[in-house]
Amino acid sequence: MTAILELDHVSKRFGGLQAVNDLTFAMHEGEILGLIGPNGAGKSTLFNLLNGVFAPDSGRIVFGGIDITGQAPYLVARHGLARTHQIVQPLTNMTVLENCTVGACFGRDNLPLARAHDVAREAAAIAGLDDRLEMLALHLTIAGKKRLELARALAAQPKLLLLDEVLAGLNPTEIEHMIGVIRRIRERGVSILIIEHLMQAIMNLSDRIVVLVSGEKLAEGLPAEVAQNSAVIEAYLGDPKLAAELEGSAQHVS
Amino acid sequence: MLRRPFFWIIALVIAAFVAAPAIGDDVDLRESLALATVYITLASNLNLMLGYAGYINFGSIVFFGLGGYICVWLVDAHGWSLAPSLFAAGIGVSALAFIFGLGILRLRGPFFALSTIGVVEGVQAFVQNFGPWGGSSGIYISPEVFQPLGGAARALWVIYFALVATMGLSLYLSYAIKISKFGLGLLAIGQNEDAAAILGVPTPRYKAWAYSASAFLPAITGGLYFFKSAFIQPSDAFDLSLSTEALVVAMLGGQGTVTGVALGAYLYEELRGYLLTSEMFSHFQLVIAGVLLLVIVLFFPGGLMGFIYSRFPRTQKVLE
Repeated sequence: MTAILELDHVSKRFGGLQAVNDLTFAMHEGEILGLIGPNGAGKSTLFNLLNGVFAPDSGRIVFGGIDITGQAPYLVARHGLARTHQIVQPLTNMTVLENCTVGACFGRDNLPLARAHDVAREAAAIAGLDDRLEMLALHLTIAGKKRLELARALAAQPKLLLLDEVLAGLNPTEIEHMIGVIRRIRERGVSILIIEHLMQAIMNLSDRIVVLVSGEKLAEGLPAEVAQNSAVIEAYLGDPKLAAELEGSAQHVS
Repeated sequence: MLRRPFFWIIALVIAAFVAAPAIGDDVDLRESLALATVYITLASNLNLMLGYAGYINFGSIVFFGLGGYICVWLVDAHGWSLAPSLFAAGIGVSALAFIFGLGILRLRGPFFALSTIGVVEGVQAFVQNFGPWGGSSGIYISPEVFQPLGGAARALWVIYFALVATMGLSLYLSYAIKISKFGLGLLAIGQNEDAAAILGVPTPRYKAWAYSASAFLPAITGGLYFFKSAFIQPSDAFDLSLSTEALVVAMLGGQGTVTGVALGAYLYEELRGYLLTSEMFSHFQLVIAGVLLLVIVLFFPGGLMGFIYSRFPRTQKVLE
């Protein structure tokens, strides 16, 4: 199996915060790799390093055999790496179709406008937006905007797709639908790196899991292995969210 | 493009501008329409940055003034004829804008807008102290330069038709960019620049090209305008209020639309002409412009076209 993405001792520091620390892992072609970790573990920063929003302080990122370390986002996109955002970033005053057409036009194949329209329609259909093509992006519901993120990334016909919490904020029916969509995308030969807080969903979807804590890789392996790893369990019990939950239930009792 | 109705609408507008004063040999109408072509050219090209890429450029007048200077200087000091001087002005100013653009387009929002005012002030200060261009007293050209165009009276008609042609090209340029992949990239930048870059739009290059393209035709119009007056000086060439008026006009008509900006420019020019000549409102036009801008921003953010589109949705398919 060839590697589609290789990280080699990648680090990034923001002032006093070591957001990503000496991270090394590889991803195979066609794989769904889950990235989990408590809030502030550096998952989204890692995405920003991969697609060129930030340049790493040290280390190398190789994508499909090309060194993309520190390249501008639009160059990385051209190599065939697309992403969705945790906080949706629609082109608000453009229609769903136009949003997807931008993805198709400037993605991996650098398509001319007419051809891009077809690819955009197809991508919108996969994400379940084909009934809202002419709707302005700002009028979509939150679930619709999440789908738009996915459709737009897909329209770029990427080799690797980075999904940043596409399930967050969706109701159970929508989650089920979205998981189906992600599976279908993988069947088309796209590798997927996914960040998700919904444990059941990510354990179910991923071929392998990488656990990130305080910017460092804590564990890596099959979902079942990772779930039983004592260091991982400990890290999650130290999760401020979980602490808050415990506190909440304590208050409830008193 | 030939199959699209909008192409023929632009052609009709150009024909009307040519025919209206020519039929009755109406010199007054010609002068009024000449000024309208200048406004339409400036506003349409400004719209490439403002309406498409979402960058507010207070300095569009620099293109107009520099184009005027280059053209007048080439005609006066080097004895060039009008056509190559105009072309040189367009190319020269576009190239300069591209280089400036790569620098100042790293700034965003209000910072970019402020830097464009800096460009106006900087260029004006340079020209005021630039000996070959006559410093602050400017350049006069002798009426002899009108001879190759068939004498002064005929030259004014030739210049008018050239102004109309430049306006027509501006409208076609705006339209051609709007329906192209380049235009789609610019619109994406205007909506959300970071998201556009992540989707693969080469943002620095696209912005610099748009800035440079928005300089070419205003430079030629500036060349024609100052050749026509046979005189150019820094305070006229780099008059910041004309830049501001171009912004008002673009917003009045509906930024991002081709029709709206042209219509806004035409209406504004007519209104301005009326205010300037009426006894009661003489030199009141900037006050009116200010009030208009406030009303537009508060009540009609889509401008004239936004209003028309919402009232008559079908027009959206025909009028770009």
